[in-house]
Amino acid sequence: MAETVFFYLLSLIMLGAALSVALNRHPIYSVLSLLVVMGCLACLFVMLGAFFVAALQVLLYAGAVLVLFLFVVMLLNLEPEALARVQVFTIRAAGTLAALVLLSYLLRLIRPLDGQPTLASLPAPGGDVESLGRLLFTTYVLPFELTSFLILAAIVGAVTLGKPSPDEQDQRCQTPFPLRDDRAKGV
Amino acid sequence: MVGQALSLEPSAFSLLGWTALLAPLAAALLIQLVGVHRRRLSAGLAIVSLLISFAATGWLFLQTLPRPALVPYESSIDWIAVPGLTIPFGILLDQLSLLMALVVTGVGSAIFIYSVGYMAEDHAYSRFFGLLSLFAFSMLTIVLATNWIQLFIGWELVGFCSYALIGHWYAKPSAAEAGKKAFLVNRVADFGFFLGILALWATSSLTPAGRTFHFLTLEQHLPLLAHSGAIPIATLPLIGLLLFCGPVGKSAQFPLHVWLPDAMEGPTPVSALIHAATMVAAGVYLLCRAFWLFEDLPSVLATIMWVGGATAFLAACLALVENDLKRILAYSTLSQLGYMVMALGLGGLVAGMYHLTTHALFKALLFLAAGSVIHGTHEQEIWKLGGLTRSMRWTSAAFFVGGLALCGFPGLSGFFSKDEILVLAHARNPALYWLGTLTAGLTAFYIARAWFAAFTGPSRTRAHESPPVMLAPLGLLALLSIAGGYVFIPQYLGQPHGALHWPVAAVSMGVVALGLTLAWLIYQRNMVSATQVVEALALPYSFLKRRYYLDDLYAWYVAVIQQKLIAGLCALFERYLIIGTMVNGTAALTRALGGLIRLCQTGRIQTYVLAFLLGVAWLLSTVMPR
Amino acid sequence: MITLTHYLVASALLFTIGLAGIMTRRNIIMILLSIEIMFNAANLAFVAYARAWGDLGGQICAFFIITVAAAEVTVGLAIAILLARQLKTLHADEVRLMKW
Repeated sequence: MAETVFFYLLSLIMLGAALSVALNRHPIYSVLSLLVVMGCLACLFVMLGAFFVAALQVLLYAGAVLVLFLFVVMLLNLEPEALARVQVFTIRAAGTLAALVLLSYLLRLIRPLDGQPTLASLPAPGGDVESLGRLLFTTYVLPFELTSFLILAAIVGAVTLGKPSPDEQDQRCQTPFPLRDDRAKGV
Repeated sequence: MVGQALSLEPSAFSLLGWTALLAPLAAALLIQLVGVHRRRLSAGLAIVSLLISFAATGWLFLQTLPRPALVPYESSIDWIAVPGLTIPFGILLDQLSLLMALVVTGVGSAIFIYSVGYMAEDHAYSRFFGLLSLFAFSMLTIVLATNWIQLFIGWELVGFCSYALIGHWYAKPSAAEAGKKAFLVNRVADFGFFLGILALWATSSLTPAGRTFHFLTLEQHLPLLAHSGAIPIATLPLIGLLLFCGPVGKSAQFPLHVWLPDAMEGPTPVSALIHAATMVAAGVYLLCRAFWLFEDLPSVLATIMWVGGATAFLAACLALVENDLKRILAYSTLSQLGYMVMALGLGGLVAGMYHLTTHALFKALLFLAAGSVIHGTHEQEIWKLGGLTRSMRWTSAAFFVGGLALCGFPGLSGFFSKDEILVLAHARNPALYWLGTLTAGLTAFYIARAWFAAFTGPSRTRAHESPPVMLAPLGLLALLSIAGGYVFIPQYLGQPHGALHWPVAAVSMGVVALGLTLAWLIYQRNMVSATQVVEALALPYSFLKRRYYLDDLYAWYVAVIQQKLIAGLCALFERYLIIGTMVNGTAALTRALGGLIRLCQTGRIQTYVLAFLLGVAWLLSTVMPR
Repeated sequence: MITLTHYLVASALLFTIGLAGIMTRRNIIMILLSIEIMFNAANLAFVAYARAWGDLGGQICAFFIITVAAAEVTVGLAIAILLARQLKTLHADEVRLMKW
């Protein structure tokens, strides 16, 4: 009973926040709405018994990725988006329509409701740290190790791409705000 | 290899024949390869090669003298041999070809030697001799041809050499135009000619495999085929007329004679060799070769003889009003060619060839003498010359002999040959006989006019005699012009010796005397004023001066009908259909398609995502249906 | 009474919303954000299936997806900053260099 209520509540909040992410004009509000989505998702993961994944969701996704997004939004000082120009309205309309079409296909794939066992009746797989860790270091050790390479590549890439160009480096040497000139006083 | 032996040494015949044909070609090739800047080498090669040809031909000629009724000797190699088509390249030696070859190589050698002196200061000396050698080879190809295709190849080659040699001084616009005109007019004629050859080939046999271009085979089989009724009645006359188109162009018969006077732009040796003695005679030679075809076609023969007669008369009239020495001789050539063609139309093969031979001798003499005059005075108009009998004695003597031979003065070669023709005309067609006689009188008049104006009288220009290298050929040709009538050419060609026909001879002598006297009176003694005569006959005079407006007619045709109408239509077709639609249209279509496809690449991420999305949706709908 | 289908419907809806976000947003950063929503939708589906089939492999997948998404966001935002620096704009219609 509680499960049903929680599910519907969380799903509604999640979908509403997702809509806000997609449609909100202010970038900050979009990012913060994503935070809400991730939070709801973490709760849903807990309901599904994936405790470790829920923790990771909050720690990594909401804690790192979203913060990164926030930093970038604030660094670039993004303005609220202007209204769409008429010319490319068609693409956006077509895109939305296509997305809805895709949704219809996806929904058709899902089996009808009747005759399915409720999730609560099924045995829980046990999503605690120990069992997941056991799997990660035995069956899925290869992807686990490869992920480290991936992260290394991402770091190198980010650093390389984020490096200022040579003619900008001179500008960077200048301080963003003026410092007091101590030498003039004579110590 | 087809070779029918007729004497004790068939291999010698083959060797000599091929040498005679190929020596000038070898000289032309060698001149092109090594002689381009070596004048003496080029001249030496050309002259030596032609003398070799002459010697070979002469020896062969002598071999055939004791036995006049000879089976033709042939030697050939297959040039093209595919199923259904065999074209050999070879030599055919019989009285006709040997006589003609002798004329070509003999007169040619004399003219080659003459050219050494005449072209001594020319810049393109080697090119000149190279082309002359090539011409000699081409002419011999025609003369010694065994089949129609070989003859046609030689025919076109001489046309090319003629074009190249007329336009030898191509920097001069009139010379270049004249070369072009000669080639184009000949091309028009050769179109009909080639159609005739093809038609002849097509009707030569009832089976496709039996068709042939070969002269002797056709001569044997075609009359049988015609008599058996397998060929439609109208085919052979049509073929005959088409084949006659060739001589109309090459031998400059009316109405395609317009190129010959303009061809005088070329150097005088060229005029002498090509446009007097040999190439223009190729048409007559052709008619002789194919005479078996024309013999039984009275309509074609009538056409031939009237075209010849008309040419003879009309050209002689045109020579009356010319003031350029070489042009007078050119029209004279036209007139004499008309005589030859007329003779063949009247059925006189022997008379035609006889006159061809003698004409080659005295016309070459006349032209070389004219060339000597031009070389000595740098002047071509007869009214600007004069008194050359005193300043250029040998040249004048040569011209005098040549002029008498041309008139048909009794005792010289021209008298005998022209009389043969007039006798024939008298027997077969009286109208043509009177036309020919009248033309003979006009001939005497115009050549005497030229003589009195240019050679006698007060000298209006400075002159010096030509070097011996030019005078020697003149002397030789003069001797031959006198003696040529006594060599019994008709007997060589198979006609039995006949007595002199006195009435015809008397009338022709009288007419000639009348013409000479009139010219003497008008131009030497000034008893009748030339200008008064011209004023009295102003209308015919202007008509003749404008050359019957034929040049204007052709020019109008080319400018209006051909260029504006036909070429204009073709240009429209080319511009709008081919270039506009097919070429530019294809490009425009490609560009348009490319432009359409280019729209897919907007560079915007969301467009690409949309494309992705559509693909995924399609995939889901087809691959995983429900 | 909550079956697997409920979760899958929610996942599909979330995915579509993310897709619509990509199609309609004009800012590159916001498009990246919408991509994150799609990642999350996939995650939900994986974990739901893990629960339904009793297989922990789904949760492992979700684990890796989170990791990969983090790496991807890092590089993606670096590129976005570079774009902002070079082109002085982050408007999706202005950023159209990916063509010939």
